[in-house]
Amino acid sequence: MRRTTSHRWMAALLLLSMALLMSASSDSTGQRFDKLGHNLMCSCGCNQVLLECNHVGCSVSEQMRKELKGALAKGGSDKEILAGFVTEYGPTVLAAPTTTGFNRVAWLMPVVIFLAALTAVVLVVRAWKRRAPKEPPSGGDAGGDGSGGMDDFRRRAREETSL
Amino acid sequence: MTPDLHAPLNMPQIGSFTLLLGLALSAYAFGAGLYAILRSDDRLGETARRAGIAVFAAVTAASAILVYAAFSNDFSVAYIMHHSNRALPGAYKFAALWSGQEGSLLFWCWLLACYGLVLRLRHKVDTRLVAHASVVLSAVQIFFLVLVNFVACPFAMNIGAIPADGNGLNPLLQYPEMVIHPPMLYLGYVGMTVPFAFALAALIMRYPGEKWIHITRRWTMVGWMFLTCGIFLGSYWAYRVLGWGGWWGWDPVENASLLPWLTGTAFLHSVMMQEKRGMMKVWNMWLIFSTFLLAIFGTFLTRSGVVSSVHAFAESNIGPYFVVFLAIIFAACLFFFLKNRSHLESEHKLESLVSRESSFLFNNVLLLVAAFAVLWGTLFPVLSEWVTGHKVTVGPPFFNKVNIPIALFLLLLTAVGPLLAWRKTSAESLRKNFLIPAIIALAVGVVLVGMGIHPWQEVDYFYSLMTIMLSVLVAATIGSEFLRGGLVIARHNNTNILNGMWTLTRRNTRRYGGYIVHLGVVMSMIGFAGAAFYQNTEQELGFGDKMMIGGYTLVCKSYTQDDKPNYSSESAILDIYKGGKQIDTMYPEQRFYKASGQPATIVANRSTVMEDLYLVYTGKNPDTGRPIIKAHLNPLVWWIWSGAHFILVGTIVALCPNMHAVKKKVEAMVTAPARTVTGVAPVETGGD
Repeated sequence: MRRTTSHRWMAALLLLSMALLMSASSDSTGQRFDKLGHNLMCSCGCNQVLLECNHVGCSVSEQMRKELKGALAKGGSDKEILAGFVTEYGPTVLAAPTTTGFNRVAWLMPVVIFLAALTAVVLVVRAWKRRAPKEPPSGGDAGGDGSGGMDDFRRRAREETSL
Repeated sequence: MTPDLHAPLNMPQIGSFTLLLGLALSAYAFGAGLYAILRSDDRLGETARRAGIAVFAAVTAASAILVYAAFSNDFSVAYIMHHSNRALPGAYKFAALWSGQEGSLLFWCWLLACYGLVLRLRHKVDTRLVAHASVVLSAVQIFFLVLVNFVACPFAMNIGAIPADGNGLNPLLQYPEMVIHPPMLYLGYVGMTVPFAFALAALIMRYPGEKWIHITRRWTMVGWMFLTCGIFLGSYWAYRVLGWGGWWGWDPVENASLLPWLTGTAFLHSVMMQEKRGMMKVWNMWLIFSTFLLAIFGTFLTRSGVVSSVHAFAESNIGPYFVVFLAIIFAACLFFFLKNRSHLESEHKLESLVSRESSFLFNNVLLLVAAFAVLWGTLFPVLSEWVTGHKVTVGPPFFNKVNIPIALFLLLLTAVGPLLAWRKTSAESLRKNFLIPAIIALAVGVVLVGMGIHPWQEVDYFYSLMTIMLSVLVAATIGSEFLRGGLVIARHNNTNILNGMWTLTRRNTRRYGGYIVHLGVVMSMIGFAGAAFYQNTEQELGFGDKMMIGGYTLVCKSYTQDDKPNYSSESAILDIYKGGKQIDTMYPEQRFYKASGQPATIVANRSTVMEDLYLVYTGKNPDTGRPIIKAHLNPLVWWIWSGAHFILVGTIVALCPNMHAVKKKVEAMVTAPARTVTGVAPVETGGD
């Protein structure tokens, strides 16, 4: 019972911190320019993020930055500004896939693989634990290999811990 | 027109001939080596070994001839015309060897021949195993020599009139770091061939015992060390040269270097389970195979033009050859694995989730998921275009969002893993080992929040805070390990604690070298965490104008111009003030390279432990004619490069034999001098 209550408290704490994280953004125009500029690609063909295009005298990135500043001055939301850039420059202007349509797969796949791998490891470890023969305890932090017999283990332990 | 058969051979022709000779010798080393193994013919095997050594001589001659062609401005060779010019400084003429597709493939061949030479000269370590590995190595060598002989020949001649001067080297490559970065990276990539060769050889011959895994681990560590150096040098070059203020752009070429690094790192951890407990044999075998396959895949990715990259080499027809080679290698690995998999059965099973073994398992899972995420993100644009018909960009926002949480989990494991016991760890032991480090990490977190890093304001701040806290936790656990061991030895030997820690490290170089590597990793992570707090500003600066960033004031003192044979340049002279005092003068510069007609920036950087003041001369405003200066304030960057030094030192320490192993070897040589003639059985340098 006590354990369930503590779990609830922990969950509430987690949700609260998540909510704080999600709600925390009262960006200034400068911060928004920086944030959006790092979510757009320069269209000059350099394959670099808009604010990181290092082409000396690149007229494309200069023009795009001006457009971004203009859009921010007009007061559109982040979503609207990014949509405007997609309309003008095509979907490759976005520095990351959107979370719609087939693009969702890009975001989901690493999570799916991570969870699947984690589950597989836990299952494998449990299966191994069940099948593992009971060996005498190792008796401390140093381990033995067991296969070569205790003599071999003792010799190695002596070598590794001797002064 | 009838060719003049009496005309003397010129150097490029001799170069082509040596490459053909190298191919023939490799083919002999492969064929004769294989036949000798099948027939147990030692004499034939010896000729194959010597042919393998001769490949080194042939490829070295070819490489030397290409370098000679660059130094002698032989623009009849197309490669030299495209990658060099008369005014190019000597160091960059040398670097032209690996600056283009054909030359870099030749360089790859040469490095592989170097590794092959070392392997074949050290054949007495285990003649049968080396004979098998040598055949595998020859097969890889044949592939690359076929490429440089018939697909991308570095000695191809210019058609038509020989130009008076060459096109010059890409300006972005004309930096000292660029002279060292590619060789390091290639040493890493090519170095992964040797552990692959040993692993496949051991599988093919159902090698009895664990000696092959010790050899494979050492060679992997060598390759991993070079790959790490290459990655950090590339990152340093991007930071100091490209002028965008960052050090990692998640470009496909960068990602390609990260893939084998991640799987190689996973192997270097999980191999301990095989050495200590006879576990994870199948897993380790495939990790080594994957590391090599990813090194080749990375090469394919960057040279085939399959994905868009800011790096060179794209737009070539070489891709299909790599696909075929990858398919053959994978098929060979799979065939021998299925044939001999019974040889790889584990001797032990895992007993507890809270143990060193399970921490390695989770570490491996995280590293492989990170590798998958990087590969997935790199290839997703191709997949998206194939499925939907539309290409998308997968850039830094994707990679950062996916990989930062994984990196944080890995940091946590780096803190916890090394202090867990093999087989099973008690809760009491965990509490004892982690209480003080955890308190230190939490205290640092509280101080940072007090200093204004509010994790609830920005996700980036949250990640930075977590990274720094976990890094401190790792450093504290490592520090406590060194302190505890050092104190015991200091008391016993009646010496000071530093001497105690030095002796401790020498007694178990692998374990404590590994700790130093971990320390380097956390230092670099602290540097990465600083990225959340960067600032930048851009301004036109006339004489006497001021510019502010962070606590710095930049005052434009003057501008200067210069004209050199290779380039002309313009630079700003800026006085830097902090707290009202002048602390420095900086010179951001822009160059215009004459041969290629391309401009490039020379960044001025003032690095301190806390932050870098990074200035870029971005050009002139066409309307006002006044120069534009971009200033970045990048916190904690110094830690990234310092961490890299620790990683390098730690790896070298881990590669050194333990003190007791050296003593044993010396004793064996003293007591049995006759055996040294035929070779003393190598003493294994175990450890942790």
